[in-house]
Amino acid sequence: MFVYADNAATTAVSPKVVEAMLPYFTEVYGNPSSLYTVGQKAKEVLEESRERIAKILGAAPREIYFTSGGSEADNQAIISAARIGAKKGKKHIISTKFEHHAVLHTLNVLEKEGFEIELLDVHSNGVVTPEQVRDAIREDTALVTIMYANNEIGTIQPIDEIGAICKEKGVIFHTDAVQAVSHVHIDVKDQNIDMLSISAHKFHGPKGVGVLYARGGIVLTNVINGGAQERGKRAGTENLAGIVGMTVALEDAVANIDANNEKFAKLQDRLIEGLSNIPYSELNGDRVHRVKSNVNFCFEGIEGESLLLLLDDKGISVSSGSACTSGSLDPSHVLLAIGRPHEVAHGSLRISLGEDATEEQVDYIIKSVAEVIEYLRSFSPFWGDLVSGKRPHVFAEHKEAV
Amino acid sequence: MALYSEKVMDHFRNPRNVGVIENADGVGEVGNPVCGDIMKIYLKINDEKVIEDVKFETFGCGSAIASSSMATELIMGKPLSEALALTNQAVTEALDGLPAHKLHCSVLAEEAIKSAVRDYYDKNGIEYDPKDFPDPEVEACHV
Repeated sequence: MFVYADNAATTAVSPKVVEAMLPYFTEVYGNPSSLYTVGQKAKEVLEESRERIAKILGAAPREIYFTSGGSEADNQAIISAARIGAKKGKKHIISTKFEHHAVLHTLNVLEKEGFEIELLDVHSNGVVTPEQVRDAIREDTALVTIMYANNEIGTIQPIDEIGAICKEKGVIFHTDAVQAVSHVHIDVKDQNIDMLSISAHKFHGPKGVGVLYARGGIVLTNVINGGAQERGKRAGTENLAGIVGMTVALEDAVANIDANNEKFAKLQDRLIEGLSNIPYSELNGDRVHRVKSNVNFCFEGIEGESLLLLLDDKGISVSSGSACTSGSLDPSHVLLAIGRPHEVAHGSLRISLGEDATEEQVDYIIKSVAEVIEYLRSFSPFWGDLVSGKRPHVFAEHKEAV
Repeated sequence: MALYSEKVMDHFRNPRNVGVIENADGVGEVGNPVCGDIMKIYLKINDEKVIEDVKFETFGCGSAIASSSMATELIMGKPLSEALALTNQAVTEALDGLPAHKLHCSVLAEEAIKSAVRDYYDKNGIEYDPKDFPDPEVEACHV
């Protein structure tokens, strides 16, 4: 059986999206900046796509900027807010410890430039509270940037409340919604979101295209300099096929959020219940406030890369937050942020289901994970030490399902 | 190219000499759970100072398991002197290479064997120069 269960990493482009994109490679291939017919046709489609995406997000078309993806959108949003703040002497930026690296590494750059970066602690359930944000905001706060849903553990943040606080305090609020936009209903105006990033390939669109929404009045700083595309704020000939594909994919995803969530909820329950039966394991992140397709577990006594590779041998594609899979010395900063000790963070597994997932596949995942963990534990000296009591367990043998 | 060579994947999928030797003549354990890998090597050593049997247990990534497996194969039936001369480079080469950030796994394999031999020396009152052996007290994660 082949089960692709790493949809938080990327998704397959849907056939409908591929079909929608094709004319823009060979027929309407004109440059939208060109004045002749095939260029103007492209321009028309570009603007129509902008309108359609704006409508989905509750934004105005002129507030939608096409980018190369989520990372670029995050970079531009944060840098722009920093420049706006700096002009008014505001150099304090609030974020969280478990943001995507596109956010954290951009903040690192700003810190070196003299900005003060305050990363909020994340509670053990993988959620930051509005009160934390309220308490952290100062007179000189230039930006609050908090992800909508975490990419590893899927926890959904209280974006409505944070948006309201930021509006009240007059602070720009950016959210990286890359992992959320196809799972929750977003309306940037209702939610007081000033800037928002999305990426097409997370919802069956193509790779290499995304959106930065920036509320009217927010002056963006270019991160790509050159031509006057995107109202002069993002140079480079527009990736029209990609933009069209993203538009179709987003419309599809958003139209099906409720139906998909209903289906995902059942599979998620089944998966969490099944994996909880593995002794000394625990779900990472809040049971309720999470993306319905995401399940993330830590297992004691095993290492995530081995688990991932052996699951791959069984036809299951998943990911892990172990140091070995990241190529660094430390395991996932997300798992560390929610208070998991290193030794269990190394033994993590993220399953992100696709819309076509079945109960049969979920049962196969549960059975396979249980088998592989039993096997890896059978010759893990760490597990041996846990069993013999030489090292203390971190988790209970069985945790009551909430 | 895939992350790992076919040899690494073979030793990872079908590790040789997995397990425990009861009443082993020497046992060595290196690494720690915080760093994400622990290797434990068990040696059965005969009167001629030849490794009659070797087994391992490993907690770690694919290359850690493969490196342990390969290292046990390389020293099985060999005199202790040869086991002590085993380098991490030899383990890496025998595996047809490891990605740069996984080379520490082969270092752990070398150190686990040395640590098991040291344990054998300690148990049998055989003198040795501690400088020839890894420091068992080092707890920092390898780079």
